[in-house]
Amino acid sequence: MGVNTRSFGKPYPSGTRRVKKMKNEETIWKLLAEVKDPELPVLSVVDLGIVRKVELMDEGARITITPTYSGCPAMDVITIQIRMELTSHGFNPVEIITELSPAWTTEWMSVSGREKLRAYGIAPPNPKQQVCTPEYFQREEAVQCPHCGSYHTGMISEFGSTACKALYQCEDCKEPFDYFKCH
Amino acid sequence: MSFLLSLHLADDALMLGHRNSEWTGHGPNLEQDIAISNIALDLIGQARNFYQYAASQFNADRDRYRGLIQSPAFLQVAGAIDEDDLAYLRDAGEYRNHLITELNKGDWAVTITRQFFVSAYQQLFYSDLQHCPNETLAAIAEKSLKEVNYHLRWSGEWVIRLGDGTVESHRRMTTAIDLLWPYTGELFIAAGFQKDAMASELIKDPAMYRQPWLQRVESTFEQAGLKVPESTWAQQGGKEGTHTEQLGYLLADLQYLQRSHPNAEW
Repeated sequence: MGVNTRSFGKPYPSGTRRVKKMKNEETIWKLLAEVKDPELPVLSVVDLGIVRKVELMDEGARITITPTYSGCPAMDVITIQIRMELTSHGFNPVEIITELSPAWTTEWMSVSGREKLRAYGIAPPNPKQQVCTPEYFQREEAVQCPHCGSYHTGMISEFGSTACKALYQCEDCKEPFDYFKCH
Repeated sequence: MSFLLSLHLADDALMLGHRNSEWTGHGPNLEQDIAISNIALDLIGQARNFYQYAASQFNADRDRYRGLIQSPAFLQVAGAIDEDDLAYLRDAGEYRNHLITELNKGDWAVTITRQFFVSAYQQLFYSDLQHCPNETLAAIAEKSLKEVNYHLRWSGEWVIRLGDGTVESHRRMTTAIDLLWPYTGELFIAAGFQKDAMASELIKDPAMYRQPWLQRVESTFEQAGLKVPESTWAQQGGKEGTHTEQLGYLLADLQYLQRSHPNAEW
């Protein structure tokens, strides 16, 4: 089932260097690991867990991705970047399918992705979805400050600089920080 | 008739998303400005998903749906239609949203109360739609529900904060509830296309959501020290294309660019 199915079957642009390489799924995964989320430049699309399937199609590739949030403006950019990365390495055509179900969850974020987030100054999502239910004034289990490591932190706003983040502040080092909220 | 159902769900999300986006840069403080803008973004993303599906349904059976959209700008579209044609090129009478979603954003109390009423309804509705036999609608519902849960919690907390806040915030909440209450009844009255969708077991009778919705409203209002109005009179017609004057102004803003500069991209 594909909502928002986009096919990018445009001919190979002239003047682009065609790289002769082994074409297999492993190569595709390696290339995808180079495609970063424009709003979280330390995370690749593989780290984020949005790549659901990779298929080799003769000379081309078919990539199935799932959006993080319905309105995430980074998704369009990510789609374009995946296409550019793969076409510049000789995959043609590149087809990108967007699937909504099963819905993306932060559980799919890689362990190394979580560590990269923390190093970047963003608290990674807590491992379990504890408070993704609509009960009022509930808070997640303590979120650890990515700067000083304290668990003595408080939420300032459930909605942060992007749809996927909430705004927190550390009560010890006083630094405000983004928390990649569980979803 | 999943075309009209999908169009209706898209219109609801787009109107509410657009109204919320009017707060961007004007929120009561920075954090809440960001919050309401994020909610707007979620809603417009949901609208895109439903419009894309509606467009695919339209393209697959043009003869069946052609008569439903007669605006001259829409009729000029050559070839297959897409999400943007549905969002930007219809006239007011061709929108199928609930009236409550198109009303002016009002003050913060009106925006919060409207968001709470609609999120509480959407939460119930999407919880069922995610299990419906139409795979695409089910997938969009599953995705949307995760976001709606956040919207409901955020708006419900604000209802309590404002209702149980100062004399002034309480007064504004009471005014907002009185203003919006007559528009809530429409959420639970099936329009023609909803009856068709019920017959094909895509959706349940929206009347079934009235009681659980009311329970959430009552329990939230109780915590907020607010009263649920007794009136049961319902203003309706939005789902059949009869709208308030406020939709015209909204569309003038929303559609201006595409109508003045057709096919403009940025």
